[in-house]
Amino acid sequence: MAATVLEARSVSKRFPGVVALDDVSFSLRAGETHALVGENGAGKSTLIKVLTGVYQSDGGEIRVAGEPVRFARPFEAQQAGISTIYQEVNLVPLMSVARNIFLGREPKNRFGLIDFTRMNRETTELLDGFGVRVDPKRPLHTLGIGTQQMVALARAVSVQAQVVIMDEPTSSLEPREVETLFRVIENLRSQGIAVLYVSHRMDELYRICDRVTVLRDGRHIHTGDLADLDRMRLVSMMLGRDLAEVRREGLTSFDTAGHDVARTPVLTATGLDRRHQLHGISIELYGGEVLGLGGLLGSGRSETAKALTGALPLDGGEITVDGKRIGRPTPAAAIRAGISMLPEDRKAEGIIPQLSVRENIVLAAMPRLSRAGIVSRDRQDRIVSIFMERLRIKASSPEQKVGELSGGNQQKVLLARWLCLEPKVLLLDEPTRGIDVGAKAEVQSLIDDLAREGLAVLLISSDIEELIEGADRIVVLRGGAVAGELAGDEVEESRLLEVLADHTPTAEPADHTPETGRKAPVAGQEDPR
Amino acid sequence: MKNTTPAAPAPQVPAPLKNAPSRPEPRPERSTGSRIGELLQRQGVLAVLLTVILIASFVYPTFASVDNARGVTVQASFLAIVALGMTLVIITGGIDLSVGSVFALGGVLAAWASQWGFLAALLVPLVVCGAIGLVNGLLIARANMAPFIVTLATLLAARGMLLAFTDEGATTYLVPKDSAFAELGQGSVWGFGYPILIALVLFGAGGLLLQRTSFGQTLFAVGGSSDAATLMGLPVARTKILVYALSGLLAGLAGALNAARLSSGVTIVGVGMELDAISAVVIGGTLLIGGAGSISGTLWGVLLLAVIQNLINQIGSLNSSYQSVVSGGFLIVVVVAQRYLARSRRTT
Repeated sequence: MAATVLEARSVSKRFPGVVALDDVSFSLRAGETHALVGENGAGKSTLIKVLTGVYQSDGGEIRVAGEPVRFARPFEAQQAGISTIYQEVNLVPLMSVARNIFLGREPKNRFGLIDFTRMNRETTELLDGFGVRVDPKRPLHTLGIGTQQMVALARAVSVQAQVVIMDEPTSSLEPREVETLFRVIENLRSQGIAVLYVSHRMDELYRICDRVTVLRDGRHIHTGDLADLDRMRLVSMMLGRDLAEVRREGLTSFDTAGHDVARTPVLTATGLDRRHQLHGISIELYGGEVLGLGGLLGSGRSETAKALTGALPLDGGEITVDGKRIGRPTPAAAIRAGISMLPEDRKAEGIIPQLSVRENIVLAAMPRLSRAGIVSRDRQDRIVSIFMERLRIKASSPEQKVGELSGGNQQKVLLARWLCLEPKVLLLDEPTRGIDVGAKAEVQSLIDDLAREGLAVLLISSDIEELIEGADRIVVLRGGAVAGELAGDEVEESRLLEVLADHTPTAEPADHTPETGRKAPVAGQEDPR
Repeated sequence: MKNTTPAAPAPQVPAPLKNAPSRPEPRPERSTGSRIGELLQRQGVLAVLLTVILIASFVYPTFASVDNARGVTVQASFLAIVALGMTLVIITGGIDLSVGSVFALGGVLAAWASQWGFLAALLVPLVVCGAIGLVNGLLIARANMAPFIVTLATLLAARGMLLAFTDEGATTYLVPKDSAFAELGQGSVWGFGYPILIALVLFGAGGLLLQRTSFGQTLFAVGGSSDAATLMGLPVARTKILVYALSGLLAGLAGALNAARLSSGVTIVGVGMELDAISAVVIGGTLLIGGAGSISGTLWGVLLLAVIQNLINQIGSLNSSYQSVVSGGFLIVVVVAQRYLARSRRTT
C-alpha cells in the first residue's frame, strides 16, 4: 500500500450554531485519486478548508507525511505541498493569464526583477499541455469560465505539489476539457501525486477515482474502494436514504413521460444576430414544454438566453411573445412581456446575499406588490410563504439572510423570485450547477411541474443526462447558430452527442469522440435508453 | 482506467497532448473599441496633458518659458511623491487619507531636527511618518478595519501631534541657512531643483517595484481580488501593512523636502493634500476600487493638476479657487470615462 501523504484524525470544526465537521478521519495515499462526496452541508468544503489552512480545526489533528501540522494560512498548506483548485475560480480577473499563473513565484532575471518574457513563454508552454491556447498577456476576465478554470488548474499543478485538491473542477468545463482534466489527473497519479476529487457527477467519480469517502451532516460515513460500491448504494449513502427509494426515483428526478404541449408558440425568436456571438438564431417555445438548449462552451447558449431577456443588445432579430412583438428588447420589456430568466452565475447576477429570503424573493415583484410606491407587507408575506412552501426552501425563517443558505436553497429563492412574477416563459441557465444531489432532484422535479402547469421552459444544461431526461425537444447550437434540433425519439444521448460532435474536425481520433470519451463504461449502469 | 501502469516519471506538466484539439477560444476577438479604450485608460491623461501644454504655450508665451517649467515641476514634485504612495495604496483597493497631515508633520519634524544636521533632518521625519503609516497598515490588515476610517483617524491624530509640537503653530522651527539640508530643497541641477530629481528617481523605482517585483504583483492581486490572493497563498496582510508604511514614509519625505525648500516647518501646509493626491491618482487612470493602475499615469495626473493651477495663475484675472473647479471637472470626466470603459470592456 502506498504511503499516506495527508491525513485528518478526528477533526472537528464548529461554527456558531452548527457543527460542520464532527470527528472526521480520513486519509489520502500517494498516487491515488480519492473521491470526496456528500450533499451540500455534508462538510466537504469545510474539510477541504481545514486541510488547506483556510479554517483551523477545533479538534483533532492534520498530518502531512505522518508529521502533525497546523496550517494558520493557505500559504503554509501550499508550502507543505498541498495545492487546491476551488469550485469558483479563485484568480484575479483583472490580471493577465501569465501573471495569475505565476503570482507569488514569478521568474526573476539576474537583477531580481520579474522576467515577463520568460513568464509568458512558460505560460504558453504550460497551457499547451492543457490543450488551451490563449495569449498569456490577456486579462483573465476576458476568457470564458471554462478556460479560466483550466488556468486555475494549470496554476495548481505547476507548483510542485504532493497533494492536489479539486473542488468541483468540472462544473464549468465542457466534455472535451473534462477529458483533458482526466489526462492531467492520470499524469499526476503516475507521478505518485495524490488527488482529492470532489464532484457531484457520478460518471466522473467512477471513471477516475480509486477510493471514495462519503460525508453526511458533518460526519464520516464510509471510506472504501469505489469499485466495490455501486452507484445506487453510493447515492443512498450520501442522501441517507433507502436504497430502494433511490432506485425507484432514478438518478435525475425528471418524469420521462413528457408533457402536453400547446400548439401555438408562446415565444418566437427569429434571426437573432449579434456580432461574433449569435448568427441568425431562431427558436420557438411552446407552452407546457421544456426546450433544451444544447451546445458546447462558446456555442452561444447563454448568449441566446440573455438576448431573449433583453440583457444582451442585438444587432438584429425579432422576439415576439404571444404574437406581440417586443419593440426594443430590454430586461424591463422582457419581464413585462412575461419572460423570466434564472442566470448562470447566481452569485454575481442573482442573489443579494445580505438581504433576507423574503427581500430576495419579492425584489423583482416589487412594482406589482406596491400601490403608490408603498409595499404591502401582508401581500409580501403571503407570497413568500407560498413559495417557500411550494419550493421547499429550507431557511430558519423568511428573514434569514440568503447568503447563509446552501447553494440549492439559494437557487430555489431565485426561482421563487421569478415565479412570483407569473411568467409565461422561464429561461433556466444551468439551474442545477453546483447544488447538491437532493436539491438538484427537487429543482428538476420542479421544472417538470412548471411545464405541466403550462409554462414554457428553456433549459440550458451542460449535464447531458439532465438535458435528455428533462427536455421534450432539444435545439443544439454551434458557433452561435442553430446546428440541429432533436424531437421525440431523437432526444437521446447518442443522437445528441452526434449533433454536438458534428462540427469537430475530421482529424479527431476515434478515442476522443465524445461517445466513448464522456462516459466511462460502468458495468450495469449504462442502460440503453 | 483504474489500474494505471506505472509509467516512467513524467514531467509534472503534462506534455503537449498529441491529439489535443487546439481549443478554440470562446471569445477570441477583442474589438478595436476595447483596445482604444484600454489605451485611453492607460495613456489618455498624457494625451490631455500634452494637448493642454501645447495650447497653453501658444496662448500664453510666458507659460512656455524654461523658468516657468522649473517652477511648475518643483511645485509638483512634493505632491508627486505623496501621490506615488497613494497610487500603491489605491491599487490594493485601499485609501490613505492621512498623507496631508503626515506631510505637514514630516515638514515640521524635519525643520526641528535640522539643528542636529542633515541626517537627523531626514531620518526623524521618515521614522515618525513611516511609523504612522505602519500603524495604519497594522490596523487595516490585522484588525480588519476600513482604510477610510483608520486613515481618517490618523489624519486627525497627525494634525493634532503637529499642533501640540508647535504650541498650536506659535513656534516655527527654521532650517539653518546654507546647511546641507536646505541645499537638498533649494539646490538644483541645470535649474531643476533636487526635489524634481528625487521625485523622478522615486517614480522610476516605484514603477519597477509595481511592475517588475512580486510585491508589486501582489498589490494588484490584493486589489483585484483579496479572497483569491489569500487562497493563492499570497502574503496579503504583510503587503497591506507595507504599502501603508510606504505611503506614510513617502508623505513624510515629501514634507521634509518641502520644509528644506521653504527653510522652515510650516504648519498650515498639506491641508486637503490627500484629496489632490487621490485626484491625481484617479485622473492617472488607476481604478479607485483597486486592481489596476500605473505609476506613470499618476505622474501625468500630478503634472496636469499643476499645469492647470499654473495656467490659472497666468490668466491672473481668474480667482485661483477656480483651480479646484477645473481639477474637479477633470476628475469627474475621468471617473465617468473609467466607468464607461470598464462597462464596454465587460460586455465585449
